[in-house]
Parts: sequence; structure tokens; C-alpha cells
Amino acid sequence: MSPLLAVADVGKRFRGLVAVDRVSFTVEAGDIFAVIGPNGAGKTTLFNMIAGVLAPNDGTITFRGERIEGRTPDAVCRLGVARTFQIVRPFPGLTVEDNVVIGALLHRTDMAVARRYARDILATLDLFEKRDFRASALTLPDRKRLELARALATDPKLLLLDEVMAGLRPTETDRMVDILRGVNRDMGVTILLIEHVMRAVMALAGHMLVLHHGAPIAQGRPEEVVRDAKVITSYLGAEATF
Amino acid sequence: MISLWGDMNRRGQVVVALALLLLLVAPLGATRYVLSVLTLILYFVYVGQAWNLMMGYAGQLSLGHALYVGLGGYVSAALWVHFGIGPWLGVFPAVAVAAAFGAAIGWLGFRFGIEGVYFALLTIAFAEFTRIGFDHIGFVGGAGGLFIPYEEQRLGQWWNLRGSQLFFYYLAFALAAAAVLLTALLARSRLGYQWIAIREDETAARALGIDVFRAKLKAVLISSSMTAIGGVFYAFYYNSLFPAQLFDMGRSIELILGPIVGGTGTVFGPVVGAFILTPLGEILISVTEHLGINAPGAKAVFFGLTLMTIIYLVPTGVWPWLSRKLGLARRRP
Ligand SMILES: Nc1ncnc2c1ncn2[C@@H]1O[C@H](COP(=O)(O)OP(=O)(O)O)[C@@H](O)[C@H]1O
Ligand SMILES: [Mg+2]
Repeated sequence: MSPLLAVADVGKRFRGLVAVDRVSFTVEAGDIFAVIGPNGAGKTTLFNMIAGVLAPNDGTITFRGERIEGRTPDAVCRLGVARTFQIVRPFPGLTVEDNVVIGALLHRTDMAVARRYARDILATLDLFEKRDFRASALTLPDRKRLELARALATDPKLLLLDEVMAGLRPTETDRMVDILRGVNRDMGVTILLIEHVMRAVMALAGHMLVLHHGAPIAQGRPEEVVRDAKVITSYLGAEATF
Repeated sequence: MISLWGDMNRRGQVVVALALLLLLVAPLGATRYVLSVLTLILYFVYVGQAWNLMMGYAGQLSLGHALYVGLGGYVSAALWVHFGIGPWLGVFPAVAVAAAFGAAIGWLGFRFGIEGVYFALLTIAFAEFTRIGFDHIGFVGGAGGLFIPYEEQRLGQWWNLRGSQLFFYYLAFALAAAAVLLTALLARSRLGYQWIAIREDETAARALGIDVFRAKLKAVLISSSMTAIGGVFYAFYYNSLFPAQLFDMGRSIELILGPIVGGTGTVFGPVVGAFILTPLGEILISVTEHLGINAPGAKAVFFGLTLMTIIYLVPTGVWPWLSRKLGLARRRP
């Protein structure tokens, strides 16, 4: 069976700087795949290439058998790839519910149907009670969940999460881990996540990739990767938070 | 439409029904002058609403909407004057021409990422170029203007927009009501939500699968088409068209003040704005005349001061504030 997502020899340069250096990996349908690495390693750049924000200089990205590198973000989303932003960007002037309705309208034309679906998602993400709040009035953990809700409402096959745990307290992190597990298992959404919080990565990920200066330095199952000497010196020893 | 009505609370329904009723029976008690002011107000509700769709909902600032008024007016008037084609038919080419200009502006702006104030500059540039162009088109009278002749035998031919003041009042009323209804329907449609998403955050909108270019283009097309119909009304109501008047930037500004004062991105903002500003302008004219102030610009100064005061007091527009005060807004924590 072909993988859901195949990234092959992808590279991105910003003027002289090599931000992503010939990265290859595959994500199987149903998996939770984590990308870790120190700040500036090229993780967000890699995500932006998958999500269509940036076109890679080299390599190919294949999603469900279709080449998607260089397509526009909206086209990629319509194919079934949804993403959250590292710096959250909900629609500030809209209510929590309307934020999610906009996502739900991607594959639903009927407003009432979209609204019902949005409410279902809000309920699973503990945001139902706050559905009439303006998004700008939410706390950071709520905003992070709102971004997740909005992305989920587009019915993705693959969800790209850029540091959704960052800035959360341990109990909030545990709750997010539960939510993501549910999304993966019950909604059948494959997840590709960038994460610094190693506790969450170890709890969630089936596979992981370590980036360092844009290049992949380790790949595999989490328990194998964390034993890898290169990973420990370049990243886990210094910065990781368990 | 039924759900639209049902979405308003009881008080909102009462207020809207009363306002509609008052406007319908207004000609019974109004003098000719009052009726002409009311007609002007409703005209501004209509064109203000057209602009509101583009700016208030889709977030695209046009400072050149006079372009579409002018094109709509000139095309329909020229067809009538030169070929005897009536406005009910002429409105179609009028809309088509204005929409083509809108499409050109939108395509240029949105394809090449000209945004915000730069997009606004583009809309001004198109209006100005068109004004200069029309100054030199002899077929429509050039700078000397185009006139729809007064013809005795055509009086009362309302189907050719040769009606009385009363007829134009009800026509303006129908246009304004239709524009408000259309806005209300669009605001709760899929397209309306896409516009709002783009207005709030274009990058996030794109990440949610919205084809931003297409949605923005639809906004310009709808807005320019609607405005052109306002131009047809204008041409046959005033019967004289001058490029320097129709395409002037002041015209574009005048048209957007109502929605700004009333509240952009709301269904009733442009209505409230027009009902405040147009009478205010009329009052200022008569007051300055009474006081014998002949200084040029005296009216403009008072008008400007009043605008500043309103915007200072209610920065998001009069309607959001008013609907809260009157308990017409839906509750929202
Ligand atoms: N748009 C851009 N233009 C220039 N340099 C960029 C751009 N985006 C990211 N970079 C650079 O690319 C490198 C990788 O950044 P990023 O992908 O954001 O890293 P990470 O998400 O792993 O912290 C950094 O050195 C960053 O400064
Ligand atoms: Mg990053």
C-alpha cells in the first residue's frame, strides 16, 4: 500500500541559507508522525512546503498518490491536508463557532449542516460552552484548541500541527494529548506534528524524524530515536523538555 | 428568507416592519422636497450597500466606486439617447460594462497581490483614467455632458424611467430594500463567510481551503454590477451626466461615508448611515443659507466636524451601538 504522504529529497533555500536539506520520509495512513529538532532546524519550513505556502527548490511531495509540491495552500487543503499555525491565527472578530463554521463550509454547502458539524467538533474539543465568545477573547490554550477545531472541520485526511503544545501547562498538555489521540483513532485522521514537548511526543508518536540544520539526522520509532547518540547530543541533551 | 426573519428578535422585527411601513406611506404626507431627500437617502442606501459588500464583508477597499455609477449611467443613457433602447434593457449592457471594469481591477489587484491602500489607489486610478477618457469621447458629449432630453410625449412612461418624483421614490425604495435583503442573504451564505474569513485573515482563510482570488473577484463583480444599476437610476433621475461630476473622487467618497458612519460589515449600517448623513447635508445647506454664510466650504467644514464627532463617539459605526442600545442585537458574551 502506498503511504498517505511521501516527502522525497525535499530542499528549500532562502538566499544562501539552506533551511531544509534533502529531507525524505513517508507517513502511513493512521499514523501519528512527529518532527522534532532545535529552533531554526527547518521544521516550520518543511510544513509550509507540504501545506503549499512555500514551493520547494528540490524534491517531490506526494499526497494520496498526487504530486502536491508547488500547489497553493487552498488547493492542498481541499485535497485533505489541514494545518494549524505555530503562531495561532483564529479570525479574531468572529465567534468561536463561526470560526469553525468557516472550516466546515469547505465541504458543506448547507449552512445549517455546517453549523451542526461545527458544534459537534466544538463539543469534542471542550469549546462548546464558549461557542458564542469572540475568538479574540479566548485564552491561549483555548485558541490553540480553536485552531485545531477549525482545521478539523475541513475534514482532513492529514493534519499538520505546528507546536500545538507550546505554552500549555502540563495538565493542558495531557488534555491535548488525549484530544489528539481521539482525533487520530476515532476520526481516522493521520497526524503529522512538530513538537518540542517530548512527553507528548513519546506519548503520541508512532514514528518520528529529527531535523538538525535542515537535515534529517535520525528517523524511526520514538524509543529507537531517543537512544540515538547523535540525537542526544544535538538536541535532546540540551533543549528537550520531558 | 423566512429563517432571516426568524433570526431577528421580536423588537428587531417590529422596528424593521415599522420602518418599511413608514417608508411605504411616506409619500402620503411628504412634500415634494422631502420626497426628493428621501429618494436621495434610499439611493445612498443602495450604492452604500454595494460598496459595503466589497469593503465591509470581503475587506477590499475601493475608493473608486464612482467609476461603476458613471459607467452604468453613461452606457444606459447613451443607448437611450442614440438608439432609443430603454433602460430596462440598457441596464444589462450597463452592468456588463461596469462588471468588466470591476473584473479588470480585481484581476490586476488580486493576481498581483496589490493589497490594502495600494488596491485602493488602483481603484482611484481607474476612475480617474475613465473620467479623463470620457472627457474626450464625443459620442457621449465629452466634457460638455450627456443629456437625456425632456420629451412631452414620454411623460409617465415609467417603463422607460420617465416617471414622476413619486415613481423614482418607489423605485429607489425597491432598490434599497433589495440591496439590504441581498446583503442579509449573502452575509449568511457560504460566500459571505468566505469573504469575512478573507477580511479577518487572508492567510488563515487560504489554509482553510478558500480560493481567495475567486472569492474576492466575486465580491468585485457583485459590487460593481450592483453599483452600475445605481448609475442607471442616477442617469434617468437627473437626466444629465458630466464626466467631471460622475467619476469624480468626491463622488466615490460621498458614497462610502454612509456605510462608514453607519457601520461597515453590518446589514443595517449603510441604511442608518444614509439616514443620518443625507439629511445632515441638507440641514447644513439650509442653515448656512439662513445664517448668510457664503464662505465657500462652510458646509464642508461643518459636515467634516460632525463626521469626526460621530466617528469619535462610535468608532465602529452608529448601527452596532444603536442596535445594542435598542436591544436589537443578539446577545453575545
Ligand atoms: N521566509 C523566510 N525567509 C528567510 N529565511 C527563513 C524564512 N523562513 C524561515 N527562515 C529561516 O529558515 C530556518 C528554518 O526556520 P524554521 O523552518 O522556522 O525553523 P523551525 O520551525 O524548525 O524553528 C531559520 O534559520 C529561519 O531563520
Ligand atoms: Mg517553527
